[in-house]
Parts: sequence; structure tokens; C-alpha cells
Amino acid sequence: MATLSERILGGPAGTYVDVRVDRAFAHDGTGVLAREAWCEMGCQDVRNPGGTYIFFDHIAPANTGTTATLQAELRSFAMARGLHFSDVGGGICHQLMAEGIVLPGEVVVGADSHTCTLGAFGAFATGVGATDMAAIWASGGTWFRVPETIAIRLTGDFTGASEAKDLALACVRDLGMDGANYRALEFIGDGVEGIPISGRLTCSNMAVEAGAKAGLFYADNETVSYLAGYGLSAALQEREDCTYVGELDMNLSDLQPLIASHHRVDKVQKVADLAGTPLDQVFVGTCTNGRLDDLERLARILHRKKVRVRTIVVPASRRTLQEATRSGVVDALLSAGCIVGVPGCGPCLGAHMGVLGEGEVCLSTANRNFTNRMGVGGEILLSSVATAGVSALRGEVAVPEAADVR
Amino acid sequence: MYGEGRAICVGRDMDTDRIIAGRYLRTKDKNLWAAHVFEDLDPTLAGRLRGTVVIAGANMGCGSSREQAAIALKAAGVAGVIAPSFARIFFRNAINIGLPLVECQVSCREGAWVRFNLEEGWADVNGQRCTARPLSPRMLEIIKAGGLVAYWRNHR
Ligand code: SF4
Repeated sequence: MATLSERILGGPAGTYVDVRVDRAFAHDGTGVLAREAWCEMGCQDVRNPGGTYIFFDHIAPANTGTTATLQAELRSFAMARGLHFSDVGGGICHQLMAEGIVLPGEVVVGADSHTCTLGAFGAFATGVGATDMAAIWASGGTWFRVPETIAIRLTGDFTGASEAKDLALACVRDLGMDGANYRALEFIGDGVEGIPISGRLTCSNMAVEAGAKAGLFYADNETVSYLAGYGLSAALQEREDCTYVGELDMNLSDLQPLIASHHRVDKVQKVADLAGTPLDQVFVGTCTNGRLDDLERLARILHRKKVRVRTIVVPASRRTLQEATRSGVVDALLSAGCIVGVPGCGPCLGAHMGVLGEGEVCLSTANRNFTNRMGVGGEILLSSVATAGVSALRGEVAVPEAADVR
Repeated sequence: MYGEGRAICVGRDMDTDRIIAGRYLRTKDKNLWAAHVFEDLDPTLAGRLRGTVVIAGANMGCGSSREQAAIALKAAGVAGVIAPSFARIFFRNAINIGLPLVECQVSCREGAWVRFNLEEGWADVNGQRCTARPLSPRMLEIIKAGGLVAYWRNHR
């Protein structure tokens, strides 16, 4: 009897395995270095071009001439080798992999720490660095230590204005920033049913904030019907009895809106405790919370109202932006005074399009609030979309109520 | 693999944003990363790293997968990094680029003389020895080759 990670990787926890990689991806940040390492290795071909993806999302469009030149090299590399390539404006790597590419049971490796996002589909998805990626391009495979697993057992349903992001923050709070280092998380229990794929992506995404190698959900009816929407067929994954090295119980009904304050992701408290904190910027987007239903929820909160602080909204993908445009969400956001940016990472990593000044405070729906991440001397608070929305209207941290999100 | 040097101590949960900030990533210039390593922690640190052994707290290198964090430390002349635990991507990255990491709990005294041996699995601070968590045979081979690029060239 095995955990999902053990089943997919094909060995018991603690052993080392060589695996074939079904999907490998890199972005404009890590791809440049991976290409360097790949050239140094003296390679000519990419072993599995059909399963290899390059996404331009981190600093896209380029902010300087140097960035543009580095991107041009990587673009030619991707084109020349027949890799799947998504240029500037296509969206964030993890979101695009979630739009009808990754399937349950696959081994997915990305040169980005938030590759664990794709565990939402019941895939073993994990991040590596650039040189590891180069070796995967060259060989089509890699090695892993099969991780032990911590179960996150979910019961109940979200109430009030709480959402999957609050669950993700609660998990990181309880596990701590390294509580799951070298381990995988499995989200199990009756509570999973009520969480849509977008929310599962949010939870899997933040697994790495507790140090986890992967964060997996078993593929269920929700997964199968989501993938069917992209014309893909997938089988259900049944859970077996297996051994977990730890368990964490979470009752979704008890969750309150939470916030992580500068500069630790596990420094989580109730939003109510920080209510009234003045804000200089609100940012809604990223691979954590830049999906269509996030934008829709934000639009419902801001409908016919005006934000009182600069509010940057960056859709996670072009498809997200298109759908949000068609349904009137973009118009509602613009009418409320938001800035709507190019699909991609936006200001998340502090390189462009919303860098903070000294002493400025940003409430963000992203996953990291490390010192200076969004700009030297800037402070980052992390919250759900609902909290970000009501706070944008007040210009200060505010607690969302059930009525705000309906 | 043997290394030694004076200890430089940094705290726990040292994220890769603090090792090398996102604003310095858009280049391939290792020396530029070396010049700005740990800048947001202590701007004078980069200039003092040559020949040292960095002793960090738990969860060293957490956060982003940026390999530049490990490269910056190596390019700045760090002989090795010792910590009670490393974030897993940083750990792999360091091995892959040939930066020695020793996973063990040593008490950190700034300026202490530190020695370590990866094959034998120990670190020693001012003569006090502690046993390191062993590396897998493959990791040892990679680090002995000088990194994954060289390992790959040898094994093709
Ligand atoms: S949105 Fe932020 S966290 Fe996600 S991949 Fe981009 S930079 Fe990383």
C-alpha cells in the first residue's frame, strides 16, 4: 500500500529512483541558465521535445535590453529544437501547464519552485534548478529520493468569506516554513470534494512554502470533468491505505480569513488582527491566485465601487484574460480603478510592473513575502482575493464578510 | 571532498531572495551575483566571503529555485555551507554546481576555524567534530566530478 508519490515514482519512501519525466518546463528566468548548462554539457538535442515547454512569464515583456537579449537567445533555442514555446503575454508557466497539459499520474518537473502547483491534478510535480533541467533536456529523465508524506485531512466546507488561500496559509502556519522539507503533502478527506480545481491549485502551489517537494490531490470527478473541458480524458485515482509520517487536520468550516505578515510566510494571523493597517498597493494575481474565478470574485467585491489604493490585477494567463474580458470582469475591474496588466508573473518577484518603494506596504495574493522581494524596503502581506478586494476598497487591511463575495 | 575556512554565520530560513535578490537575476555574469550575494542581509558580507565556510541555520536556501543563489556563493569564494537542514531545491542545486554542503548541527561562532569532509561525512568547528547526514552515492559522485555538467560529460 503506497502513497500517491510512492505509486507515481515507483518506489517506497526513502529510496532513490530514476524516473522518466513526462513534462519538463522552464521559464525566461531559469531557462537561460539551463540553456547555458546544456551547452556546457555538449548536448545537441533535447531528448523529449514533445514533453518540453518554455514559458516567458517572469519578466515579460522585457524590462531592459539585457533581459530582451537573454530572452531572444532562449526563444531561438526553443524554436530551433521544436519545443513547446509560449512567448510574452501567454501567461504563468504553472497556470499554462494547468490548462489542459498535465494529467493525473504524470511526473512533472519544472525549473521553478512552484511546480508543485500541478500536484492538484494527482501528478507528481516538483521544482528543480537550472542544471537539473539541462540534464532532463539531455536525458529525458532524472533521479529523486521518494519523499515521505504528510497527510492534510480536510473536513467541512468553507464558510463566510474564507477560501482556498486561507486554507493554504493555515497549512503553512501549522507546518512552519520547513515543516515539510524533503516531504510530500497529500490533501485528503471529505473536505476535498468541495474545493474546485482552482482552489486545489492554490493549495498545491503553497506546499513549497512549508518546504514540501510536492503537494498532491487524488484525481476525482472534479479533476476528470475539469480535464474533459480541455478535451482530455483522465482516470480517477483511488486512495490506498498507506503510511503517513504526519497528519494535520483542517476543518474548513472553522477557517477565518488569514494574512501572512512581513517577512515570513508562516507568520500567519487573523486578518482581523491587522485590520486598519494602511496600504500603498494591492496586487491580485500570480500562480497562487490569478485565475478566472479569483478575478471574478474580485470583480464582485469591487462592482460599482472604487478602490482607494493602487490596485494591480494580473491575469495568470491569456485565456484567463480573454474569459474575464468576455464576461465583463475586466470592465468591472477597470471601472473600479484597477490597473490590469499583461498575463504573467507581474510584480510578484520584484523585477518590474509594481516594484515597491522604501517603506511601502503591499497586500498581495501571491505566495511569498520575503524581505525586499517586491522592492528594497517594501513590505508584503499575503492574503486571499476576498481580503485583498475589501482592503483595496478601504485603502487599508479589512476583513471580508460573506456578503462581500456573493 | 575536503574543505576548510573561517566561519561566517547567518540565520535560519535564509531564503534565496536574500542570498541573491531577484533584481540581479537578469544576467549570466557570475561575478555580478558574487558581488551582491547576501546584499539585503548585510551589504558588506559579499566582500568577506572568500575562503570562508558559511554556517547557516535550519532550512538554508528556502524559496525560489534560482540556481544563482548557489552559484553566487561559490563564485564569491565560499568553501562550503554547513546547516542543520537545507531546502531541497537549494540542496540539489548546490550539489549540481559543485558547492559542498554539509548537513549537520554545529554551533556557530563567527571566525571559528571550520573543516569538513564530504566523503567521510563530518564537519569540525574549532576541533569539535559532528557527523553529517550522508549524501547518496550519486550525489557524492556528482560533487566529486565538480558538478552535474562534468558528471554528465564523464558518463555519456
Ligand atoms: S507568479 Fe510569482 S511565484 Fe508564481 S511563478 Fe511567477 S514569480 Fe514565481
